[in-house]
Amino acid sequence: MGSIRFDRVNKIFGAGKAALKALDDINLEIAEKEFVAIVGPSGCGKTTCLRIVAGFERPTTGTVSVNGRPVSGPGPDRAVVFQHFALFPWKTVRENIDLGLRNKSLAKPQREALIADALNLMNLESHADAFPHQLSGGMQQRVAIARAYVLDPEVLLMDEPFGALDAQTRVMMQEELVRLARVNPRTVLFITHSVEEAVYLADRVAVMTRRPGRIKEMIDIKAIRSAEKWSERPRIEDVMDLESFIHLRTHIWKSLREEKSEDRR
Amino acid sequence: MIDRPLTLRETMTHGLIGLGLFLAVWTFLSVSGYVPRQFLPTPLDVIARFIQLLTNPFAGATLPQHLLSSLQRYLCGMLLAAIVGIPLGLLMGWFRLLDDIVSPIFEGLRFIAPIAWVPFAALWFGTGIGGPVMIIFAGAFPPCLINTYRGARFVDPQLIEASQMLGTGHLRTIVEVLLPASVPSIVAGLRVAAGLGWQSLVGAELIVAAAGVGFMMVQAQANVSTPTVMAGMVAIGIAGMLIDVLLRYGETLIRRRRGLEA
Repeated sequence: MGSIRFDRVNKIFGAGKAALKALDDINLEIAEKEFVAIVGPSGCGKTTCLRIVAGFERPTTGTVSVNGRPVSGPGPDRAVVFQHFALFPWKTVRENIDLGLRNKSLAKPQREALIADALNLMNLESHADAFPHQLSGGMQQRVAIARAYVLDPEVLLMDEPFGALDAQTRVMMQEELVRLARVNPRTVLFITHSVEEAVYLADRVAVMTRRPGRIKEMIDIKAIRSAEKWSERPRIEDVMDLESFIHLRTHIWKSLREEKSEDRR
Repeated sequence: MIDRPLTLRETMTHGLIGLGLFLAVWTFLSVSGYVPRQFLPTPLDVIARFIQLLTNPFAGATLPQHLLSSLQRYLCGMLLAAIVGIPLGLLMGWFRLLDDIVSPIFEGLRFIAPIAWVPFAALWFGTGIGGPVMIIFAGAFPPCLINTYRGARFVDPQLIEASQMLGTGHLRTIVEVLLPASVPSIVAGLRVAAGLGWQSLVGAELIVAAAGVGFMMVQAQANVSTPTVMAGMVAIGIAGMLIDVLLRYGETLIRRRRGLEA
């Protein structure tokens, strides 16, 4: 459960002279429990891809389906982690996590158990009754991830989730996400403009072109990751030192740079 | 510009400075004889009358009793305006169709001054509590509705998306996302509504009522007792200020809870 399929997806914003083609014939299949990152120049439509899977936007033509069912609107089977957290400021950490569970009409003891698990998973126990504004950015994003994970979604959609965090917190969260993916694997669509982040986290990386966004290249990371035993190195900097990592990173960088120089020409 | 709610103490200090200047000019005009004392009683005359009215009835009741019946009507009218205006504003902010249906009617009606409703208020609801309540409602309802509606329309779209992806239904989204997100705007609307409602009330009592501060003032006018009219004005001013201070305090509490300020 949890496959995502983009089938000849085009997206045009606006109409007439103001029409703006954001996505051009996107075809992409993400297998169950696979972690796919999309990188691309800013404004290339990578976030639009995610928003279509989430059901916030509709494709102009083509379809996006999750588990073979076309997406028709937002829903808890596709949990979203937003760049700016999007926590409810008037709800405590616990209440933020609880909302999705209440929507599922679960009984209170069951909800409490699930919340306790989620808090434990994200190391948030001591902040359960704090309000979001009392927490640091990294903590707030932990809450947002807990809120998404607790729904037991088929797919997890992460829209530059660490983009608003400082460099140190960002690294901590990346390591945390790798740990989470091991404990509790999910199908993940991850949007980022950090090449390192994509290579470190993803099984496959999709490189997009400038607008109108097309998928230019798919790079398989998983095979190299397991062959080179990245997972035996707990720290991100140790992984980043590996020749295999540097090679992949440089390859993607070059691919992206071509996009930028094309624009300058 | 002062862009934060004032503390109670600051409000009082600033108010007292203005009040002092105002009283000085007033006393000068009245005592110097530029204006006949019967037309413009001195501040002292008014204060003396005010104190007298605290215990001695005029027009059937003492000043506190008049004030109490005014406040009763006022609370009813305000409550009604909030009970109708806030939910309607939220629903209009959420359901486009309702917005399209209600907005044209509302836009037409809201420019009618509350006092213009006096004849109908008296005809439909009488001069007891109903008529004045309707006039207060006419004054207080538009800001309640408009501010709630604006608050609901300008909620951070990401919060609505977060709510939708969590599978939240319409009613729960309105109550748990739209309403709390609109609270600062609603409270600001209530403050405007409180002022307009209070003004409408006294206006209404001048015409349709058998008790209340406005009624007392009309009776005093008939008896050419200018100090009594002014004592009524003072009572209205003080009560209005107290209502506003109370609402500001509520506003500060809410902002603090939200972490909008220390």
